[in-house]
Amino acid sequence: MRMTTSDEALALAAANGDGEAFSTLIQRHYDRVHRMAWRLTGSQPDAEDLAHDILTALPAKLGGFRAEARFTTWLYRVVMNAATDRARKAQRRARARDGWGEDFKRLEAEAQEARESYDWLQTAMSALPPELRDTVALTLGEDLTQAQAADVLGVSEGTVAWRMSEVKKHLREMAEKEARL
Amino acid sequence: MSDEELNKLRRLLQDAPAPDTARKEAALRAAEESFAAFQESPPPARPTETAPERRGVLEGLLNMFANNSLRPAMLATSSLVIVGVGVALYQYDPNALTGPVGTSADEVAVLAEPLILESAPAPAVQSRAKSAELGAVTSFASDQAQILPMPTEPFVIEEESRDRFVNEDPNPLKITAEDPVSTFSTDVDTASYAWVRRSLQNGALPAPEAVRVEEMINYFPYDYAAPEGEAPFATQVSVSETPWNAGTKLVQIGLQGALPEVADRPPLNLVFLIDTSGSMQSADKLPLLIQSFRLMLGELRDEDQVAIVTYAGSAGVALEPTAAGDRRAIEAALTNLTAGGSTAGAAGLEQAYALAEEMTEDGDISRVLLATDGDFNVGLSSDDEMKTLIEAKRDSGTYLSVLGFGRGNLNDALMQTLAQNGNGQAAYIDTLAEAHKVLVDQLTGALFPIAGDVKVQVEWNPAQIAEYRLIGYETRALKREDFNNDKIDAGDIGAGLQVTALYEVAPVGSPAVLNDALRYGTAAEVSGSDELGFLRLRYKAPGEDVSQLIEQPITGSEGADAEAGFATAIAGFGQLLRGSDYLGDWSYADAIRLANISKGADPFGYRAEAITLMRLAESLAKGR
Repeated sequence: MRMTTSDEALALAAANGDGEAFSTLIQRHYDRVHRMAWRLTGSQPDAEDLAHDILTALPAKLGGFRAEARFTTWLYRVVMNAATDRARKAQRRARARDGWGEDFKRLEAEAQEARESYDWLQTAMSALPPELRDTVALTLGEDLTQAQAADVLGVSEGTVAWRMSEVKKHLREMAEKEARL
Repeated sequence: MSDEELNKLRRLLQDAPAPDTARKEAALRAAEESFAAFQESPPPARPTETAPERRGVLEGLLNMFANNSLRPAMLATSSLVIVGVGVALYQYDPNALTGPVGTSADEVAVLAEPLILESAPAPAVQSRAKSAELGAVTSFASDQAQILPMPTEPFVIEEESRDRFVNEDPNPLKITAEDPVSTFSTDVDTASYAWVRRSLQNGALPAPEAVRVEEMINYFPYDYAAPEGEAPFATQVSVSETPWNAGTKLVQIGLQGALPEVADRPPLNLVFLIDTSGSMQSADKLPLLIQSFRLMLGELRDEDQVAIVTYAGSAGVALEPTAAGDRRAIEAALTNLTAGGSTAGAAGLEQAYALAEEMTEDGDISRVLLATDGDFNVGLSSDDEMKTLIEAKRDSGTYLSVLGFGRGNLNDALMQTLAQNGNGQAAYIDTLAEAHKVLVDQLTGALFPIAGDVKVQVEWNPAQIAEYRLIGYETRALKREDFNNDKIDAGDIGAGLQVTALYEVAPVGSPAVLNDALRYGTAAEVSGSDELGFLRLRYKAPGEDVSQLIEQPITGSEGADAEAGFATAIAGFGQLLRGSDYLGDWSYADAIRLANISKGADPFGYRAEAITLMRLAESLAKGR
């Protein structure tokens, strides 16, 4: 029925109290929220929790959505802010967000190869400062262009480009370290 | 090499695990519940205030609205917001409860946000502690979900409503030879009808105990003759065929209160006692209440005085006694009302009565207008204690009107207790139109009593009437001996108000008589009179302690006037909603037909609306 309605129209209708629009919207975007949450936390349970909390808080937040922004851009921001906030709270409990993918360690990776991949991903992401990690999650994970990522992050396109070069630098250092071992 | 690393990172990141289906379903459901709760009550679901200074800005804006000495420059910069508020105020559609409505600070805050918020969204609120809070919101949502249905689900079964009603079993059939006298107190409340309307419009049959038939009948104005001379009211009796029983007759007793010249009315002191507890914040409560009082302000005169007492957590005076002519001060006080906290009802009542007494000068009429959803949860908690307080205050000469708002928390029982014991009336305000009827159209009647402790007693003649049944008035029954006891409190009649009561009577020898005659006869001496019965009324002039008596025989030759038909249709409708045993096969369709042919001029459209409600009830009853 409303499958063809744009995200933006749905979001505005939901902000005005349209329950059906809201339902359509969250069904359409839950997976995206979850995916992004996983990319930002590196842990499946954390991603589920985060997605749950984001969705529950979404009705209150929709009032802040403006038609001039793309809904997904706005949503990425919400997810990112939620993850940052969660990490900040966790930090207070001595669980720094720097421990990207902490729960991964407990994961029984079925194949050694997959396990190595996860280990590598975990090491790589953990080595990145949070702002670079966010940028990577958007550009590499969500496949956003640098311009789109810049929009979500609220920084200039140049900053994103510069951050990506920093990411490359980090990864190169990591590879060099690995090679030395 | 680094590009290769980058691609590896990309590949691994994109290989995100699929979301857990059960968790996904749970999250979607929680979000929908949160959404429903947010529609019901925006403030608690809004993100916590991360920037205290923003609060300051909002308050500043609100003060700007309240303060009329705005500099033109400021007016220009805030004009966008003011337009927004204007739209929200005047496009209020009571049937679409999900729409943006607002006069409260938080509503204004929503509208004002575009001007104040920086472009980035507020940080999301996530933490274990926050999750607990969100959980609380969720459980709140499950309470409210049935109460405030989304428009996509028009048919709702109410299960967990905390609305409380007061009612008695329908009056039973009485045998005239055994129990010839029927006594009751008048009731000019209309709350039950408004409640029934709201239920039906939300797609649910009202709970049978929410239906008080006499309040439904008395909701409608009937064309009764005005009293002549000095009499405070006139009586009118009509006798007609019973549509649902060929063997019985309906005796309609109508009282028409005198309508003194409005220009001569004494100055009025009004104390608005406004419940601003947290439960009042939804659009159909505090915002509707504020709009309702605004409507009423236009009807007041410069010599009238208005004060506002609020109660939530603790009671406080929001507006000291102010001349009604000072609209600006009153408007500002109304605008600043916001909901929050629990309800210190008793303290609020004490304060309102004290203020009313302080305002009263010789010849004035003082009245406390209590606006609430019935949630008195601090202080005197039992209805009985509240009743004692009200009874003590009643003798001070201050009247009390109770206006009920909202749904889901309504304490109809307490409203009735307060109004009946406080010399007042209870009305349920579900829409702005209803507010207009109660507070504007019937302002004089609602606020100026012309007769107090009005009691009705009918003695039926056993020689003519075998059985009788009073339709409605179950909560107003009086003992036979109470009729002549001036100490016993009863209902008051305001200027121009009407009271209508219907008896269904079975004449002696009618096939409709349900009880067989006693084998050994009755000891009662039967007079040879051919009157059906005898009507006695007692009332007190305002401020007097001794009652006066009006007597009138019911001869049976009164005939039916056109107005009887509509009252009968409503009486039948009310009994159908209550599930009466006395209606036989008579159905909603019959009620609709009768109401249609007896609708009359219906200048306000109340009767047409009632017919619409009958149709709704008919469809809903079929769906059962």
